Amino acid sequence: MTGTAHRKIGAGIVTALLIAAAVGCGGARAEDPVSLSVTIKNQKFEPAELHAPPDKPLAIHVKNLNTIPSEFESSDMHFEKIVPAGAEAVVRVRPLQPGRYNFFDDFHRATQGTLVVP
Amino acid sequence: MLAALLIVFREVFEAGLIIGIVMAVTAGVVGRGLWVAAGVAAGVVGACVVAVFTGGLSELFGGSGQEVFNAGILSFAVIMLTWHNVWMARHGRELAAELQAAGEAVVAGSKSLAALAVVVAIAVLREGAEVVLFLYGVAAAQGGASWSMVAGGGIGLVLGSLVCLATYLGLLTIPARYLFGVTSTLIAFLAAGLAAQAIAFLQQAAIITALDQTVWDTSWLLSDSSFLGRALHTLIGYVDQPTAMQLVVYMATLAVIVVLMKVFAAPSTEHPQTA
Repeated sequence: MTGTAHRKIGAGIVTALLIAAAVGCGGARAEDPVSLSVTIKNQKFEPAELHAPPDKPLAIHVKNLNTIPSEFESSDMHFEKIVPAGAEAVVRVRPLQPGRYNFFDDFHRATQGTLVVP
Repeated sequence: MLAALLIVFREVFEAGLIIGIVMAVTAGVVGRGLWVAAGVAAGVVGACVVAVFTGGLSELFGGSGQEVFNAGILSFAVIMLTWHNVWMARHGRELAAELQAAGEAVVAGSKSLAALAVVVAIAVLREGAEVVLFLYGVAAAQGGASWSMVAGGGIGLVLGSLVCLATYLGLLTIPARYLFGVTSTLIAFLAAGLAAQAIAFLQQAAIITALDQTVWDTSWLLSDSSFLGRALHTLIGYVDQPTAMQLVVYMATLAVIVVLMKVFAAPSTEHPQTA
């Protein structure tokens, strides 16, 4: 294959990604996410139960007050994010239906929490 | 010890599936062992570097540095896999014919090997960074590495490597004339899955918010955090609650790969054109 062909493929893929990105940004929701906060301390979530309104995008701020890294994760809400010791992070959650959603520290599975959507 | 074993096994397992496929894809190509080993080594070094800088990385892009970084390296892996498949569609046959010959075929083969070595490095880097951070955390909590942690990690590493070996040997049982078709298909789905994962990270960072509704929920049937769910997630990008955007990008990636493979396919030698 020629170098031109390589560049064409590369350009094609980059274009596709840019279009996807443009669609993503262009379609951005005007609605601001609802902020929630939780801390990880002594290998426990505080509070262990969060509450959020249904059908609203969420931003969960997590602060790791342990002295070791955590991985803030949820299979129910589809996020995973490493939070170094002493650091703060935010994960975005797409609008949820009413229900109970589990989240946990993947590095210390005993650290469990629940998000309740009425 | 059990926690270390489980986490190390899980991560090595995921990287191992990908390495097993790469080994099968490159079966018989001269020098592939070195390339794959170099990919693993680069991935391990990269994992340590990423682990050390995770704090700083997180703070980039308004707190979404990890997501942007993950989406970036995943996209790069998708491009490498696409490139490999397209390259093989063009040169696969001649490569197979001249495999034993020195010279051009080997040089040509190594081009494609480099792309796959990058994929291996990215797989090891992503899974490895988690292992490094987790083990560091355990060691820090205990005030130093312990034998039980080392033993747990070691057993996890061995078990995960067995998965890699099983994948490789399993694929090798496929008759040679079908192997190219099977591995091309596997790589196309692997690439589509990685592209959908990249989208998941961009959605988690709220960089992409369009088409974020959930298309289906098969978590009752097969959770993507179960063992089989994880394997399928790594292999074909299975997600139990995909968003519309993930689905669109998944299908688009598959379509792009298929079209490029057709466009760049070697002209058929069975029906030579008359001048």
